[in-house]
Amino acid sequence: MTTVNTLVEKLKGKNREIEAGGHAKYHEKLQEQNKLFVRKRLELLFDNGIYEEDGKFANCAEKDLPADGVVTAIGKIYGQTVCVMANDSTVKAGSWGARTVEKIIRIQETAEKLKVPLLYLVDSAGARITDQLEMFPNRRGAGRIFYNQVKLSGMIPQICLLFGPSAAGGAYIPAFCDIVIMVDKNASMYLGSPRMAEKVIGEKVTLEEMGGARMHCSVSGCGDILAANEEEAIKLAKTYLTYFPANFKEMPKKNDPIEPKQGRDLEEIIPKNQNAPFDMYECIDALIDEDSFFEIKKLFAAEIITGLARIGGRTVGIIANQPRVKGGVLFVDSADKAAKFIQLCDAFHIPLLFLADVPGFMIGTKVEKAGIIRHGAKLIAAMSSATVPKISVIVRKAYGAGLYAMAGPAFEPDCCIALPTAQIAVMGPEAAVNAVYSNKIEKIEDPKEKITYIQEKQREYSEHIDIYKLASELIVDDIVSPFDLRNVLIQRFNLYETKELTFSVRKHPVYPV
Amino acid sequence: MKEITSSMAGTVLNIMVGGGDEITSGQEVLMIESMKMEIPIESQIEGKVSEVKVNIGDFVNEGDVLLVLE
Repeated sequence: MTTVNTLVEKLKGKNREIEAGGHAKYHEKLQEQNKLFVRKRLELLFDNGIYEEDGKFANCAEKDLPADGVVTAIGKIYGQTVCVMANDSTVKAGSWGARTVEKIIRIQETAEKLKVPLLYLVDSAGARITDQLEMFPNRRGAGRIFYNQVKLSGMIPQICLLFGPSAAGGAYIPAFCDIVIMVDKNASMYLGSPRMAEKVIGEKVTLEEMGGARMHCSVSGCGDILAANEEEAIKLAKTYLTYFPANFKEMPKKNDPIEPKQGRDLEEIIPKNQNAPFDMYECIDALIDEDSFFEIKKLFAAEIITGLARIGGRTVGIIANQPRVKGGVLFVDSADKAAKFIQLCDAFHIPLLFLADVPGFMIGTKVEKAGIIRHGAKLIAAMSSATVPKISVIVRKAYGAGLYAMAGPAFEPDCCIALPTAQIAVMGPEAAVNAVYSNKIEKIEDPKEKITYIQEKQREYSEHIDIYKLASELIVDDIVSPFDLRNVLIQRFNLYETKELTFSVRKHPVYPV
Repeated sequence: MKEITSSMAGTVLNIMVGGGDEITSGQEVLMIESMKMEIPIESQIEGKVSEVKVNIGDFVNEGDVLLVLE
């Protein structure tokens, strides 16, 4: 006779079986690869390792498909409710069957209803070809996952932690997330595997070269942060969430203010010589609360720095030129990097701080062929349409379209502040004098006379673009001492808190891409 | 054989190391001038310089070899 106890025992047994994941040999493989089992990942991710799971019994009639290869769960991270989908690579290499896909779609729908962040813990070989009719082309097939991601973008934070492969169609999950954290040596993203590339186009390449974590975080820009291991990746994702509200209707939480890291003053860091290199990270450290910088895309297009930080306890997004790398010149990749970061911050009410020291956009055939004009336009479009409080600080030079890209006066920053070292112009004195007086300079034969003439013209030009003259013409809103800049920023961001702006009324812009 | 290459097109402004010097990762080894900016070239690797491939005033393209290390 079946008793309640035997039913409960049966349930316990089923739970144990499912929670154990795939065959022991696949768990051994995880260990060899320095990877954690999916349920261990979730334990590290959620507060006290506690979460509620839906669809645990998916495909439980099949012996070797526990949870159908994906865990979908709701729990808390630092007290904030979040939804998670996590592939189980011990089950058919984390591949997607019909129920896997349905579970992922449902957790997306749950995140949408609850208006909470959604994390994708990806470690999957892609679609199960044997199940393609049930999971690939239909209305609630895999395509719906990406459709939902697009729909959720900007509504709730979407974070991807890439622990293993993200192959073929599956590679679009990270592509549609706000941020992708990749584990070095284990994570990969690719549309066609190296084996396929060799067969189809005769290319011999390793997985690491073609779609490895380091390549994506430093060359393609598909990855945002390279983590040394899974524990670090999980910790980074949890920290990242602390800068964000749960959804676009809420505001980011404020922390207690912390003094900046001990270091040199801005006045010492910034050279007077407009052409000399310096390290913008040192400037950022001098302005923000100590240890609050969360950098995004550090290894990609390092000539521009993008990261979240706190200033006086308030979350801000920083976009800063880095004169130490490629002179801080803007390239195709730097424009893309900044454009996406601005969109991310603007979607979740994170005010923007631009720290400008930019000689302009790169010139030459190489960048023109790569479409620098449309990529630059993308950055300028994103920056223009951002309606969060925007403060533009002209740290040193801001030349040409570089001024525009860094939220120059015409782009409605709430204020454009100049440091005394600031220089705003179409181009610097050397380039301007060469451009305007080249014929005259060439005609002067005496070398000494030539140098005197050039210096005189450069002096005249510098006087013409003197920062006090620009302030007098109301081009910049204030000139601030480097010693006061942090306090001015704290004060102004507080004052701009009530900003409300509709940028433009229309269906949507036709964005340059 | 390890190589240090130029991060962008420009003119060699200064060379801070010579043949036989031991260099460390992160060390500034050359200064390039491009877009009117002085751009330090940092070594990403360490080793002994076996050959300096450029002279001050030379024009280099992005990716051109500047130094060869043993």
